[in-house]
Amino acid sequence: MNIDTNQALFEQLAHQLGQVAGFIYPNEVEIQWAILIVVYPYITGIVAGAFILASLVKVFNVVEVQPIYRLALLTALAFMLIAGMPLNLHLGHPERSYEIFLTPQPTSAMAMFGFVYLWYLMAVLLLEVWFEYRAQFILMAQQTRGFMGKLYRVLSLFSNDVSPQALAFDKKASKLITIIGIPSAFLLHGYVGFIFGSIKANPWWSSVLMPIVFLMSAIVSGIAMVIIVYTIISLVRNEKVDMRCLDKVGLFLLVAIIVDFALEALDYIHRMYQAEESIEILGELISNKLFTSLVILQVLVGMFVPLAILAFARIRHLNDDLRKLMYFVSALLLQVGIFGMRWNVVIGGQLYSKSYRGLMAYKMELTGIESLGMALVLLALPFIILAVLVRLLPTQPMAGQPPAAH
Amino acid sequence: MNKRDFLKQSILFIPAAGLMQTLARVAAGEDMATAAATSGDYDASQHWYGMGIDVDKCIGCNRCVEACKTENNVPQEPFFFRTWIERYSIHADGEVTVECVSTQPPRGEETPQVDPDVVRSFFVPKLCNQCANPPCVQVCPVGATFQTKDGVVLVDEKRCIGCRYCIQACPYGARYLNPETKTADKCTFCYHRVTEGLQPACVEVCPTQARIFGDFKSEASRLVRFERVNEISVLKPDMNTAPKVRYAKLDGEVR
Repeated sequence: MNIDTNQALFEQLAHQLGQVAGFIYPNEVEIQWAILIVVYPYITGIVAGAFILASLVKVFNVVEVQPIYRLALLTALAFMLIAGMPLNLHLGHPERSYEIFLTPQPTSAMAMFGFVYLWYLMAVLLLEVWFEYRAQFILMAQQTRGFMGKLYRVLSLFSNDVSPQALAFDKKASKLITIIGIPSAFLLHGYVGFIFGSIKANPWWSSVLMPIVFLMSAIVSGIAMVIIVYTIISLVRNEKVDMRCLDKVGLFLLVAIIVDFALEALDYIHRMYQAEESIEILGELISNKLFTSLVILQVLVGMFVPLAILAFARIRHLNDDLRKLMYFVSALLLQVGIFGMRWNVVIGGQLYSKSYRGLMAYKMELTGIESLGMALVLLALPFIILAVLVRLLPTQPMAGQPPAAH
Repeated sequence: MNKRDFLKQSILFIPAAGLMQTLARVAAGEDMATAAATSGDYDASQHWYGMGIDVDKCIGCNRCVEACKTENNVPQEPFFFRTWIERYSIHADGEVTVECVSTQPPRGEETPQVDPDVVRSFFVPKLCNQCANPPCVQVCPVGATFQTKDGVVLVDEKRCIGCRYCIQACPYGARYLNPETKTADKCTFCYHRVTEGLQPACVEVCPTQARIFGDFKSEASRLVRFERVNEISVLKPDMNTAPKVRYAKLDGEVR
């Protein structure tokens, strides 16, 4: 087994070695962080972004966004449950991953991961979902028979207090959790950026803007993902899309893209103007290795086009169906752009030599653990989880129950 | 004790026992730096190891690389190196070409053609710089890579989780993931040899004494003399890693 996998690895490395241009340090031929580490920040970004969208309702009282509050929360949860998997799978020794909890190295940014992840999942997301749904679980446990009834009973953690005081407490608790949740969401994804940004050995990564660029792109991808999910669910359920809500979310999305673009542009301009030792090889990296994924996919298709569509949808008085389509298309394009951005950071940073004298190649495997196939499975899993979640947990408050938000 | 109490206590006992066991393990292995270096009467705190490399003396024979691979069970495939040799060629127009001698198949008997355009060429042996200020140690999430009291950066292959963050953090490309152990791997200065008073394998086999191993804390050390008589450079000084591999007559083109 080991010999077989190593044989496949050696073949991949031999192929990559044949593609090297210029000089690289000999150990650099292996791309250490491959497609799974591209998937990981993409998924956590969606978690952070979707949660921040939900928090607009709770903390900032943006009434228009209320119809998708629960959906945003569930989207964040579905992606969060998968967020740790690509990391664990890419480890040389996944069975030792618990060491991060038991003997964390205090100077390591990565050692923080386990704690931030657990904190976010347990103390923020699960708690907020529970308080949001508690009263409804109780109602549904009463109205449903058999297994489902019992399940809702368990989900309500056997609470049965639906008095106005208890409901008021739910509301208060969920608001408090959101207030704690916003900095936590910032931490969750900002820290992912820090993992890359703090590596002084790699000038493509090493940037103080990295955490904040990751955060803004997270907000973009999270909001866009909720738009996609909301549109599809409405279509499947044959329900009318709340255009007031979608317009508002589209506006937030537009602003987030502009801020994200401004930050990334600042990063590039700053690098070009400073023109440090690495500038030449980074230029070659962009023109030879990342032209399609960076210039075409990330910037043109994944940022300029959706930016133009969203701006156009705001300026012109178009009908609902057309606007809905425009939001949906730009949300899809933004996913391409943000995934491209993750790719360009993670893979791009490993395609040039730290000797600044050569470029490496990455040949993605189709099957296996570190492969396109596995990446697609990991990207599909959150949607499967979400499909189960929205079936189990209604995305709209039940009739007779006041919305928990305000 | 009734059934309920028993169950309650069992529930507490099992994770508590696991935790205690782990803590005991951590406590026992806490000072790995000392544990790694207390064979016999060897006192790690009395040493601070380094290596001197005289660039002018290296003839690029690659024997150090072969010796290292044999001594340390480094996979023979040309993708994994604890040490390697680079050849720099400076052309008349100022262009610099670099190649890695160690990844190329050995030359035959015939003398290579001399390129008249090349005005100067030289070899540079590379290895882990055993930084006094190692970025790899800083980023390791589980403390599997650490610095010994005698200044050598080692990897505990029983603790390493194979996240490869250290490989990313190394400015010198000195680390790789060992395909056999699935853990990070790198030059150890042949720690198993030097703590026994021997030389690292690469130093021992070098036919021109281009590599000098020694102890900065010993005044009689050849390394201390090497530092005194040569103009010394380190690789990528701007990284502030404080390398303990010191180069004499290092060209500015070398990164």
